Order: sequence, then structure tokens, then C-alpha cells
Amino acid sequence: MIYGTVLTPELQKLKGEIEAHAHGYGLDFFETIFEMIDYKQINEIASYGGFPTRYPHWRFGMDYDRLSKSYQFGLHKIYEMVINNDPCYAYLLNSNSMMDHKLVMAHVFAHCDFFKCNMHFFGSNRKMMDEMANHATKIRNYMDKHGIGVVEDFIDICLSIENLIDYYAINQEDAYKPIKSDEEGSKNKVYKIKSKQYMDKYINPEDFLKQQKERLDKKKEKSKKTPPEPVKDVLYFLQEQAPLETWQKDVLSIIREESYYFSPQGQTKIMNEGWASYWHSKIMTQKALRDSEVIDFADHHSGTVYMRPGSLNPYKLGLELFRDIEERWDKGQFGKDWDECDDYRVKKNWDKKLGVGKEKIFEVRRLYNDVTFIDTFLTPEFAEGFKLFTFDANKRTGQWEISSREFQKIKDKLLFSLTNFGQPFISVEDSNYKNRSELLLLHRYEGFDLKISEARRTMEGVYKIWKRPINVRTIIQGEKKILTYDGKEHTEENYD
Amino acid sequence: MVSRIERDHARFRDIVKGKIKQNLKDYISRGEMIGRIGKQYVSIPVPRIDLPRFRYGLPETGGVSSGDGEVGTPLGPAYDPEEGGQGDAGNQPGEHELEIDISFEELAKMLGEELELPRIEPKGSSRIEALKRVYRGVHLIGPKSLVHFKRTYKEALKRQLVAGEYDPDDPIIIPIKKDFRYRGWKDIIQPQYNALIVYMMDVSGSMGDEQKEIVRTESFWIDTWLRSQYKNLETRYIIHDASARMVDKDTFFRTKESGGTLISSAYKLCNILIDREFSPEEWNIYPFHFSDGDNWSSEDTKICIEILKNHLIPKSNLFCYGQVVSRYGSGQFIKDLKENFKEEEKLILSTIESKDSIIQSIKDFLGKGK
Repeated sequence: MIYGTVLTPELQKLKGEIEAHAHGYGLDFFETIFEMIDYKQINEIASYGGFPTRYPHWRFGMDYDRLSKSYQFGLHKIYEMVINNDPCYAYLLNSNSMMDHKLVMAHVFAHCDFFKCNMHFFGSNRKMMDEMANHATKIRNYMDKHGIGVVEDFIDICLSIENLIDYYAINQEDAYKPIKSDEEGSKNKVYKIKSKQYMDKYINPEDFLKQQKERLDKKKEKSKKTPPEPVKDVLYFLQEQAPLETWQKDVLSIIREESYYFSPQGQTKIMNEGWASYWHSKIMTQKALRDSEVIDFADHHSGTVYMRPGSLNPYKLGLELFRDIEERWDKGQFGKDWDECDDYRVKKNWDKKLGVGKEKIFEVRRLYNDVTFIDTFLTPEFAEGFKLFTFDANKRTGQWEISSREFQKIKDKLLFSLTNFGQPFISVEDSNYKNRSELLLLHRYEGFDLKISEARRTMEGVYKIWKRPINVRTIIQGEKKILTYDGKEHTEENYD
Repeated sequence: MVSRIERDHARFRDIVKGKIKQNLKDYISRGEMIGRIGKQYVSIPVPRIDLPRFRYGLPETGGVSSGDGEVGTPLGPAYDPEEGGQGDAGNQPGEHELEIDISFEELAKMLGEELELPRIEPKGSSRIEALKRVYRGVHLIGPKSLVHFKRTYKEALKRQLVAGEYDPDDPIIIPIKKDFRYRGWKDIIQPQYNALIVYMMDVSGSMGDEQKEIVRTESFWIDTWLRSQYKNLETRYIIHDASARMVDKDTFFRTKESGGTLISSAYKLCNILIDREFSPEEWNIYPFHFSDGDNWSSEDTKICIEILKNHLIPKSNLFCYGQVVSRYGSGQFIKDLKENFKEEEKLILSTIESKDSIIQSIKDFLGKGK
């Protein structure tokens, strides 16, 4: 218990009822604890990313400022909060009606099911509530010891690079491994294909051997470099390699751990919200809703899935995709026959009465994340029905404009915005750049320029960690550039 | 217990306030500081403090959305006007603006610290007394408008419980007449300091928009400071060219006339105002006069000096004259005053050449602590 609130007997009964419905549909979740709190507390919790105890930092205060202002102005209201933890904690807002509480409970149980069953969450710490509290204690101790300002400034720097982790690493610890020197010996021989001696000069001709030698040389050259391969988990690299004090390393590792904890939730936003919306509407309309609550439910639900023209609501998109998948698999609209059929009429009336929709959506919620979800299940028919379009900025008019309704373009753009959360890929290329222990970061160019002003300010922060000049290799307006910050000033130069 | 978020919130506000304080002088002279002005708070737009990141410039990437419309349908402005549309141009973090509410008290405190203004010593003793009505206590009788609902229902609940009429499964509580409780009040007599600011401005043809902007900015800060010093502050506005009249605040800053300038007309009106409504015994009086100093004739200047000497200065705590330099140069009036009131401590003169001199001028006016 965090706030130590006790649900009223009425709500307790309701919780049991909804929980039974959820179990009845096959949802599988951790024990879920509901707490009833007021809007101030929910804004507080939301500012802390759902956790009651976080380390002290002004950024949480800024979020709180924004949340409470927009609540006061009636711009938004947080209905529900749920934490991926075992047991799951969820919060109910005390000013809500009974119907709202029901809906939120149904929604929350589906979230908990997703947390427990989606494979991207398998690596996440299910005792994060305690871990966060430990982090808070540690950082508060550092603040007592080294001063609030000093620690806070360092946290600021760490936070500004908290996104430089390897989101797709299956295991955090695999993300970066120093090379083992004893492995090198066996690999130092030129590679030859096994052959009988009399065949050797045909199977391993001179050219081939030369090629292999070159490859080996290159490899040797590379292994002299640190890191031998680019490291995506920049935070871990810095934590291990940068000249930091012990407490700084610890702070950096704390920020990194929390960043990894939140990463699966970021990667499954559309699915997770879609899944929860799917189930709250199912449980409510089929089981829990009373006649007198229909209007309120319709009002609340339509508010949740409302799409403001010109914006994309992940609740709605996810919900509709899950429904689409269920329908398609119920009717057998998948597989080779379906893909190859190009008769619109046949497709429209396609129904093989397979009835495996429910099974399929449970499988999808286990195996997919937003990227693979969209990649696999977004169909041209769906995109058209959903009125999806891409938009781009028109440089001449300075306006956003609808740029295309072509399926492939929509899909590409949507996937781009989801991959790596639509953030640039930055990795550590060389920690002894120019042989002067400068740090070289590599921006994997995907067709879009970095925002230079901010990149520079970020580099200033990284400099304070690395304490030697920071270089970023990127492309600016079509030209290959290396941005450098040497602790005093920013320079840039071209390279080939 | 102070909750954790309140500490973080306070920390955030401290950081923002620190920024405002750091740049207070810039804010003052640029005059842009003032956002929405409420009764107790002023909203100040400050550049959002954010943590920099490696990211794409937003207009570059575009996105996916849904809705009706043909290809080419505009959806709204894509570029931040401040960034000017050039990806690289703006190196200032001016992206989103944050509005922060600061109470006048805090603002005045910052101003005071920044300009090293002394606190004002109110004249006279605390002989002015004001009645203050405080609501405390609960009574059995009273007017309907003061019904104390919580107490009333508590009484009703008590009564129903005792009478056994209360049903927990169907909790309906109906108060009857004797359950009603009313808030009671008490009048407290408190000493009080009152202050009156009279702003007078020359709106003749030679006072341009820029000069008025200076007056506007300066009077905002003077207001803020004096408000922090006096609980009860009244302001009156007088504009004049060849004749003077009382106006409201809006008109004061907007009117542009083209006539000549007779400063005495404003001083006369000010004097009448004080005599009629604000007895100097009860009020701390601060007349401020802004002009470009081009008085019509030396005859009129003599009348002005006469009024100042015999009426306005004796009645006021301070009399402040700010001469704003306009495109026609600076007039003679300030020199005349200087010559005639060499020894007078209560008359403060200040030349405001441009927006940058506003700070110095505020310091001149309020630096004496009177």
C-alpha cells in the first residue's frame, strides 16, 4: 500500500466482479492493488512516471506544474495509472463516478495482462517499485554528501542522454561486452577452406587467400580500436570507460536502469493501449455495464478513442487494429490465398468461418511490439478505412500539409516514427579518436538532419562526462560533417 | 508533511525564478515581461527549460495522422515562428514557452533585491484604522446566505442517529430548522497604511508610442513595488495636453492628443483630486508625472512651480517627475524644476532617455525609501 487507502466495500465488490470477468475472458495478470486517490495525488504520481517514490529532481516538478495547470483549466484529466510491477499497482481518481471506476478497472486488468504476458516485458524488473525507492535513497544520500546542485547538474547531463541505450538489446548486459583477449590467438590464422592437399590450390586459390588475409588484417586493425564494434548502449560505455567518480558512475547506472525499465512501455504504446481499450469495451458492454450507465460509458469511451482530426490516437489505432485482426482471423482472411487474391468482391465476402480470431489476438499480444505489430498487421484496407495519411512540412508556406495517402508511404513513415521511438541512432564509434582519446559518436543517418543546436548542447554535457573533446559524425544538408566540441568551442569540419 | 512533489515543484520554480531574476534587467528594459496580469499573479512567459537531446528537428521528419482531406491540404503551421524556419539558425532554446505565475509580492521582492530598493517608511503613525471582517465561529441563528452546510448536516446526522432514523443502506439526511448552523463574523480593527499613486502623463503630439511604452513599463514596476509596501493602494490616472482630465487605465496608455502642453492643468487637477478624496493625513501620496518637458510657456511653468511648492509637495510623500526624451529632444521643464527646488528632498527628477534607462529611473524614484 502506498497511500494506504482502502477501497470502499462497494468498490471492493466491484473489483472482484470485474476481475472475475477478466479471468473469464482468459486474461492473465499479476495481483492488482487499487488505490483511491485525489487529483493532486494522481498528478503527483503521474509526474513521477507512476511511482510514488523517485529521486528528487526539478523535472518532475515541471511535469507536475504542467499537469496540475492543465487539470485546473479543465484541459485534461488522468483517469487511470497503472504500474508494471508485481503486484501491479493502479490508481483510481476519487472524483470519478462508479461507472468510470468500473471502466478503469477493466482497462487496468488488461494492461496488467499485457505487462505480464508480452515478451518484451519479460526482462523488466517486477520489483521496480522497491528499486525506484532504493534509487531515490541512494541519490538523496549523494546529495547530502556532495551537494544538491552538484548531483542535480550531473543528473541533468545523464538525463539528456538517457535515450542513448540499445532499445532492442534482448539482454541489457549483452549490449556492450569488452573483447576477450584470449580469443584472439585462434583467429589470427588466415582462413582456408578444408581440402585434400592436391585440390588445395584449386579450392583455395591465391586470390582467395589474399582476400582472406586482407580481411584478417582489417579485423586486426579493428580490434585495436575501442570499441571494436560500434556500441549502441552509449550510457553503458560511458559508465564503464569514462573517468567518473564512483557516485557519478552509480548515478549514471541508475538513470540507465530506469531508462531500460521504461523502454518496453514505450515500445508497445499502441498495442498496450489498444489491448486495454479492446478489453474495457468488451468487458463493459458484454458483462459489467448496467442500463443506467450506458450513456456515461458511451461518453467516456468515445472520449478515450476520439481522434482529433489531424492527430493519431494510439488507443484508437491499437483498438481498431486488434479488432481488425480478430475479424480477419475469424474469417480466415490471411495466408497465401488471401494475399494472392485480387478480386475485391471475393475479398469482401471472404469468410472461411475459422473462428481463430481470439486465439490470434492473444498470440499477437504475447509476441509483438509496436514496430512488428504495424509492420505485420497494417493493411491497405485498414489504412484506407482509418483515413491514414502522411504529412510533411511545406517549406514555402510553412504549413504542415497532407503529403500522401499511399499505403507504402504511410507505413514507412509510421514505422520510422516508431523505430527507436523516432529518435536518431547514436553509437560510440571510437574512444581514442585521432589517437588523442577523444570520443567519436556516430549518427546513423536515416535521411534527416539532427537538430544541431540541441545536439551541440548535448555534446557539452557529454564532455563533462568524458572530459576530452567530443565528436559526432553526421550529415548536415547533404554534407558529411564531424561536429566537435573541445570544452570551449564548437567547430565542424567536412570529411569523406 | 510536505510531499515529495511539492519539494520538486518548489525546486523547479526556484530554477525558473532564478532565470527571471538573472534576466530581470533585460526583462524590465525590454518591457516584454508582462504577460497576463491577474489580481494577485502575473504570468511571465519564460523560455522553457529543457534537457537537450540528440533528436531530429521536427519539421524535417513529418509524420502520420488520420482524417479527411486531399493531398496538399494544409494542417497548420509547421515552423515555430521564433525559429524562423531555418533548421540551423536559432541557437537559442526558445522553442516552447512556459508560463509561470509569480505573485506580485515575489516580483516586488526580486525587483527590490535587484535594484537594491529600501523598504518604504510610511509617514505618520498607525493612527489610520480600518475595519476588517473575519468569519469565525458558528452560530445558531443567521441569514440563509451564511449557512454552514457541513455543520448543519453533521447536526442533522447526529439527530437522526439518536432518533434511530438513520439507515446506512439508504443514507438520506434531511436537516430540519433546529439543525441549521450559521457562520458568524467579527469585526477587527486594524491599523492600516494607505497609498495613492497619481500618474500624470503628457499626451501632447510630441509624446510618441515609444515614450508611452516607457511610461507603461515604468508605471507597472512602480505599481508592483508600492503595492508590496502598502496594503491598500489606489491609483488614479490623469492625462493632459493643454487641459487635463481624469481617465481610466486603458485610456491613459492609449490616448494620443495633438494639442499643446500646459503642465499646470494636470497639477491643478491632481491637487483638486487630493483635496477632495484623499486627505494627506490618511494617505501616503505619490504623484508621478511623465512628460517630454516641452511646456507651452514660462508663465505656465511658474504656475506649476507655485502649485508644487505650496500644495503638491507638502501633501505628498514624494513627487516624481520623469522626463522622457522624445524625438523632438528633451524640454526645458526639468531644468526649471531643478533650479527652483535645489534643496527639496521630496521632489525627484529623472531623465529617461530610452528603455534602457528605465531601471535607473525606477531606482531614482524609489531609492530613497519614502
